[in-house]
Amino acid sequence: MKKTSILALTLIGSLALGSASAQTSLKIASLSPLSGGQSDLGSQIKNGAQLAVNEYVPQFKKLGYDLSLTGYDDQADPATGTAAARKIAADTSILAVVGTLNSGVAIPSSAALAPSHVAMVSPANTANQVTDRGLKNMNRIVARDDAQGPAGANFMLTKLKAKSVYLLNDKTAYGEGLTAEVKKALLAKNTKISGDEGTEEKSDFSAIIQKIKLTKPDAIYFGGIYNQVGVFVKQLREAGVTVPLVGGDGLDSEQMVTIGGKGSDNVYYTTVAAPADALPAAKKVADAYSKAYGKDIQGFGIFGYDAAKVVLQGILLASKDNGNKLPSREQVETAMRKVRATGLLSGTVQFNSMGDRKAAKMYIMNISAGKFNLDSTINVKSPVN
Amino acid sequence: MTAIRPGSQLPISAPDRSIWLIVIAVISSALLLVSQEQNWLAALPSVVSNFLKNPLVASLVLTLFLANLLFAYRWKAHLWAKLLVGGLSLFLILPWAGRDNTSVLDLAIQIGIFAALSLGLNIVVGLAGLLDLGYIAFFAVGAYTWGIFGSGQIGKVLTYFKDNGGNNGPTVALGGLVLVIITALSLRAINRVKGKRPPLTSAAFLLAAFGLLAGVTLLVRGIVILASANAAGFAGGVNPNFFWLFLILAVAAAASVGVLIGLPVLKLKGDYLAIITLGLGEVIRVLANNLSTYSNGSQGITPIGSASVPWFNSLAGALGFSPAQYNLFFLYFVVLAIIAIIILANMRLDRSKIGRAWIAIREDEIAAQAMGIPLVKTKLIAFATGASFAGVMGVIFAAKQGFISPESFILNQSISVLSMVVLGGLGSIPGVILGAAVVTILNISLLPSLGEATASLNLPPQVNPAQLQRLVFGSILVAMMLFRPEGLLPSVRQRRMMHEDDDPTDNQTPQDSIAGELNPENAAEVYSPGVATRADDERGGGTQ
Amino acid sequence: MDFATLAPFLVGVIISGLVLGFVYAIIALGYTMVYGVLQLINFAHSEVFVTGAVVGFEIFRVLADNPINGYLKLLIALVAAMAASGGLNVLIERLAYRPLRNAPRLVPLITAIGVSLILQDLIRIIEGFQGRFDLTYQLPQGFSTPFCGPESTCSGVGSLLAKIGISLQIKEVVMVLVALLSLAALNYLVNFTKLGRAIRAVAQDRVTAGLMGIDANGIISLTFLIGGALGGVSGVLFGLKFGTVNAYSGFDPGIIAFTAAVLGGIGSIPGAVLGGLVLGVIQNLIGVTNILGDALGIANLGVIDSSYQRIGGFLVLVLILIFKPTGLLGRSNVEKV
Repeated sequence: MKKTSILALTLIGSLALGSASAQTSLKIASLSPLSGGQSDLGSQIKNGAQLAVNEYVPQFKKLGYDLSLTGYDDQADPATGTAAARKIAADTSILAVVGTLNSGVAIPSSAALAPSHVAMVSPANTANQVTDRGLKNMNRIVARDDAQGPAGANFMLTKLKAKSVYLLNDKTAYGEGLTAEVKKALLAKNTKISGDEGTEEKSDFSAIIQKIKLTKPDAIYFGGIYNQVGVFVKQLREAGVTVPLVGGDGLDSEQMVTIGGKGSDNVYYTTVAAPADALPAAKKVADAYSKAYGKDIQGFGIFGYDAAKVVLQGILLASKDNGNKLPSREQVETAMRKVRATGLLSGTVQFNSMGDRKAAKMYIMNISAGKFNLDSTINVKSPVN
Repeated sequence: MTAIRPGSQLPISAPDRSIWLIVIAVISSALLLVSQEQNWLAALPSVVSNFLKNPLVASLVLTLFLANLLFAYRWKAHLWAKLLVGGLSLFLILPWAGRDNTSVLDLAIQIGIFAALSLGLNIVVGLAGLLDLGYIAFFAVGAYTWGIFGSGQIGKVLTYFKDNGGNNGPTVALGGLVLVIITALSLRAINRVKGKRPPLTSAAFLLAAFGLLAGVTLLVRGIVILASANAAGFAGGVNPNFFWLFLILAVAAAASVGVLIGLPVLKLKGDYLAIITLGLGEVIRVLANNLSTYSNGSQGITPIGSASVPWFNSLAGALGFSPAQYNLFFLYFVVLAIIAIIILANMRLDRSKIGRAWIAIREDEIAAQAMGIPLVKTKLIAFATGASFAGVMGVIFAAKQGFISPESFILNQSISVLSMVVLGGLGSIPGVILGAAVVTILNISLLPSLGEATASLNLPPQVNPAQLQRLVFGSILVAMMLFRPEGLLPSVRQRRMMHEDDDPTDNQTPQDSIAGELNPENAAEVYSPGVATRADDERGGGTQ
Repeated sequence: MDFATLAPFLVGVIISGLVLGFVYAIIALGYTMVYGVLQLINFAHSEVFVTGAVVGFEIFRVLADNPINGYLKLLIALVAAMAASGGLNVLIERLAYRPLRNAPRLVPLITAIGVSLILQDLIRIIEGFQGRFDLTYQLPQGFSTPFCGPESTCSGVGSLLAKIGISLQIKEVVMVLVALLSLAALNYLVNFTKLGRAIRAVAQDRVTAGLMGIDANGIISLTFLIGGALGGVSGVLFGLKFGTVNAYSGFDPGIIAFTAAVLGGIGSIPGAVLGGLVLGVIQNLIGVTNILGDALGIANLGVIDSSYQRIGGFLVLVLILIFKPTGLLGRSNVEKV
């Protein structure tokens, strides 16, 4: 008993000493689910952010800062996320946050961070509400539901010439919100909705597939994440349904092909992340990622990397504005809305007054024969400036 | 007359530890305050301040500080020392630390919420022996009760009915009212006719109950349609001062849902009941996710208001809290007050006729029935009482978060509350509070801090403690259960029962048994089954 | 919608529900066997089952380029998964349940939950070391081809199915066959062997069985072994049917399977099978209620779609248990007073 406590004490002591250093410590945090069923997606965000931080360590060192990233776990639970956010707020060396995965966590935790002016850049939350609340600290690099939804709907109407569409969602804030916007846009053009339902099921889609076979839609829209949609599309194709399936940026992952197999052919999705072969930098990042974490970089890893880069460039701008001194949280918060972040995998990022991306290119990607191809590009302008 | 007499469980010769209690309280309070106060930290040598700033150390300090309350409760010490330590910790040190670090307040409120939930579940599972795996549903009912009315959601609902409800509001409401009166009266009549026989089995009762449900639905619908005329007036939710009213309404709502869920399923026993309650808990969550008109579905409801108490805010302001912290500071004291009420209620219930009836049912349903305990009624009261605690805390949760969505009410949360109850000690009031505190601290403070403290070590992600919370929590759960199956602070009854099982009377040599009785350490715990305990002596023959 | 389209549609829904039901049935057996002897809800069974699925995945992955027959691969996967899951289940019983044999019944329930959490993370860590999270089965050639395509010329049941447009795949047929085979084997073991009689005796009354010279602890271990092995089989079948598993994907099917076990009457082996099948069919029927509502002209049914699938199963369970409190095939115990 005594031995273990001594051991624990030495360990704690070494931890404390290990973090001591001459340089000013400057931290950013990531907030995403690191344990539980969504930990795969959440750790992608954290790992992507870590990669960006590693890239910027030398640059910050020159300015006299010891840059590091602390990963906080929200367990995909709003209450845990809020608790973690308040901890982040209390640690004054943390200047900004990359997160979260779920809008349901982003909304209360950004509200908890707002009084302490900790800027937050979301790599994944598409729900309109996330920035519509007008919080000064909340920004996001992904396209809003009401940008992504109509883009998907228009694509189905014009390119796929769909007369009837079957709508599915994963019953989360992400999938349901996105699909609701698609539905709105489709109804505006008097398209037939042959079905509209949600499912939390992750494995068995036989009832839905039977209904799709019965109603024979021209296209299917599934607002969901690749690990669910991939399983669905595989079963869909095995049942002999070959109509195109369209989704949002939740499908942006190589895993879509791994899980869906041949079924992932004729799948389209909208995203703001440029196709990997369009950017030479992307390959470098992808290599670094797989070297560091032993797996390939996926959609959320890319967004996590980009969001962290925006955060870091924002901090650098704030530091510059502050005469190369350590900026305050308020200064970082203001700088985040002004920064023009470059060198990202999803193009240049600049936020409007609400924290949404000003103008973004949205890509419609197509999966065929296991390859990701660019189908078309749309320019999306945010409604406010 | 208190249900828990910690002193009676300790060896009589335990030394007075007042001094130790105060010394530890002072040290841990000082450590806590220093570790949270940035200015003081800065004044310390960097080795010390870095040590205190380490997330793991900070979390351990906080845990040690909270453990003071446990020491104050458990240790043999002068009453003044106990009260001093407990009172100062809860009313001075903790809010003070919370001013410097809001997460401390957040944690304290979260512990309070879960403590109340565990106390409620303790009544259902610990006292009445009904395994409920869907308990979080009642929490959801409370949270949505305030969530819908305390935000703009009620305005949206009314607008929806203004556009789609039609204009038959008065007719619907009147019809509903008539139906409610008729069915309620007939229920009464049926009950009287049937006398003591369980009324559930009769078709007439079921029919009347269904009618009552339909009547209430119609009545509510009628009222909503009537109220929809001034939907615009509710765009920002109801007046925040109604918060207090909604605390009571949430209790009523959760208790009614408890009865509603309980009615059809309480005939079932044990694990049948477990799976049904699990299912019905899911039903509530899925309904919240699907009935978007009322609950805004998966998008959740935000922003949810909280009570505005100007004098409390100015007090908080005077104490140096920032305006953003007023609400948490206020809710902290509301939680303390509610917990106090709930503990009192629990203690009274534990010793009341109904409390004994619950325990009797838990131990042997048939024998209890033979003694004249009405099974269904007694079980329903247990369900409703347990549910009401969850309901009131749901309101607090909604007000604290400012946002609720179905994600907060998943099955895992029910399981987690159950683990708090069993971990702390089934049926023991201080036990389940401790269980709630331990699990909440582990989940929100200690385990995450492990990950934060090791963030700079660049461990491979597979073995990074930040990602192993479930593993560590699961191991702790298993280890604690293996080494202390009766819970951390078992109730006196439970403790005796566990010892009855290992009791040497059946299968050990008489010498062993006598040795056990002679050993002063065990003397207080060896009971022969026939001898009444001191607690039972106080029972007034069931006619109290 | 006319009858001519609706009837084959419904038949299709019911058949796919039955296929799904077989997976639930075998998982449910694992719960019910353990419950039968210990009256314990083995919450860790969902992870025991995922372990089987993971082992199956690894076998198919390692043998992916091996030219041996696909059915042989399946057999190897099944045997390996049975061994792994069965062994794991015995280990869990030894470490986490046996020391608590005399504790109140809720205590082993909590350790079961704890073990379940531990296993979830362990599986994730082990697969994570190889950079994997979602494990996608690499099935042998031919498993995913239709059992009898609409155009092909096949006879008997196949042609009938083809006529009404039902597309079963080879793997689904194989899955049902394996499930039936395991059920038959289990039935033989429990009802017609000496060991089975011992299991039944221990389930009836552990103490008396002990007095009759039965090694109760050994029999309990054996029950866990069998239950775990069935979990392994169901894991492989799950992977076969749905293609993808991860460390956390046992939770939902586990809950449904446990519901199925209760629906059938917990502790009853035929009950678990019946419960699984009924639940599979009911789930699918609830998923298509909105179509039925349209067809029958009942607009209000339109809101009941696949998002209600899971709770629909629970509501049916409530209804059945109100009228038959011990489940479909459960024995009603006479209480000893």
